[in-house]
Amino acid sequence: MFNRNKISAASKEHAMYIAKIKRRKLFIRLTQISVLILFIILWELAARFKIIDAFITSQPTRIVDTLVNLHEEGTLWMHISISIIETIIGFVLGTALGTAIAIVLWWSDFIAKVADPYLVVLNSLPKVALGPIIIVWIGAGPFAIITMALLVSLIVTIITVLNGFLEVSPDKIKLLQTFGATKLQILKKVILPASIPTIISALKINVGMSWVGVIVGEFLVSKAGLGHLIVYGGQVFKLDLVMTSVFILSIAAALMYQFTAWLEKKLIKWQNLR
Amino acid sequence: MNRKEVVSLKNVSLKYYSLEGETHAVNDISFSVKEGEFIGIVGPSGCGKTTILSLIAGLIKPTKGEVLVDGKSVEGPSTDVGYMLQQDHLFEWRTISQNVLLGLEIHGKVNQESKAKVERLLETYGLGEFKNHYPDQLSGGMRQRAALIRTLAIDPKILLLDEPFSALDYQTRLAISDEVSTIIRKEGKTALLVTHDISEAISMSDKVIVLSKRPASIKSIHEIKLTCEKDNPISRRQAPEFREYFNTIWKELDVHVQ
Repeated sequence: MFNRNKISAASKEHAMYIAKIKRRKLFIRLTQISVLILFIILWELAARFKIIDAFITSQPTRIVDTLVNLHEEGTLWMHISISIIETIIGFVLGTALGTAIAIVLWWSDFIAKVADPYLVVLNSLPKVALGPIIIVWIGAGPFAIITMALLVSLIVTIITVLNGFLEVSPDKIKLLQTFGATKLQILKKVILPASIPTIISALKINVGMSWVGVIVGEFLVSKAGLGHLIVYGGQVFKLDLVMTSVFILSIAAALMYQFTAWLEKKLIKWQNLR
Repeated sequence: MNRKEVVSLKNVSLKYYSLEGETHAVNDISFSVKEGEFIGIVGPSGCGKTTILSLIAGLIKPTKGEVLVDGKSVEGPSTDVGYMLQQDHLFEWRTISQNVLLGLEIHGKVNQESKAKVERLLETYGLGEFKNHYPDQLSGGMRQRAALIRTLAIDPKILLLDEPFSALDYQTRLAISDEVSTIIRKEGKTALLVTHDISEAISMSDKVIVLSKRPASIKSIHEIKLTCEKDNPISRRQAPEFREYFNTIWKELDVHVQ
């Protein structure tokens, strides 16, 4: 069997082919990096030569200064970690709770049918509209923010995972029935394992969803976190602070996404064998 | 030889209901299968062949009549009956040995003894070195063999084969049907094979039951007696009587392509 991780050339021609593919990959990666560097240089130069107003657009060196300042004040990591923790709790809870509810709906066709119109309405409702209500009910603090993150991802998770459950081949279920399997055994032996790819892709989507919930929540609560920094920066017209926060935010979100992609590879070994 | 009857259907009828109306799938079918017999069931497509297997497996209950397995009325799936579906349906997240243990897992019978037995089956039928592979790494024929071992693992007396080779290409199909029939006879199982392939039915079975269009009823039952040196499907296909059986059954099936 040929293993994707260790490609060994079968012949001289094959080696040339592999080298060609590798060169292309490297070229794409180099171009990607160049675009970013070019963008940063142009931004910096445009600000230096007053083509754009750095007060409004900020500029790379100012972002670096702001980062250093925040770090020296000692608040940088506090804000980052608060947002990250809220997001992680949000998407883990959203995925877990969403999957649990999907299991209930799979189990009882009656409940699923009853819940259907409500799910449709809740799914199309922009959950951030509930922000003020949540703050009044739960109080302006981290719990309200986590609830926002949870709400944003929950309904989508329920719908995605339930659809995943229902797409499991009826013949696989029939196979278990011929062995006399109970409903719980069908759930454990086929529905859940067959849906792991769906659950993981829900988890991946939820990372992004959860960030939306957390940032909006921090906008509204505005006590700490990256969302707070952004809103505060906007209010006092410190665009450097806003840009810096957005920069950190994009790195944190990308890292989290990478983590779920890694998790996916780990959990679905059997998919990488072909 | 006076062997005991392991499966018998007595005046079995079945109707399905839906909002659009009722479907009469099976009409007054009676037949019985003796221990160790290999029965082929052929019929026009959509006539309710699979329904008959589902009735014997206890997945559905007849509207009228009675289904007996080993002299007892069928109340639900039991370990006496093993069912092989059209596709192998090996679970892609399980290795081959985990897949073949599935039935035993459901019955809570995974232990040293049963594991050793499954290992032996895998070794005997040429899958020993693939037991830690995932299904995606196996060929179609090997996968179908693994599916058969999964069914044999629960040690059923009766095997129900629902067009188990239809997903395979023709060559593999000939080879694997030869193998499967040899395995089934060697393990001394009673088998019912549903197929739309007349040659397959004749080459594998002791008796072929021909069904009518829906609602399925029995048109005729042919005792297959072939003069050939070896009693395996491939040499049975060479027998001089093979063609006669084929023509008779073909006419009875009364196939019209619209």
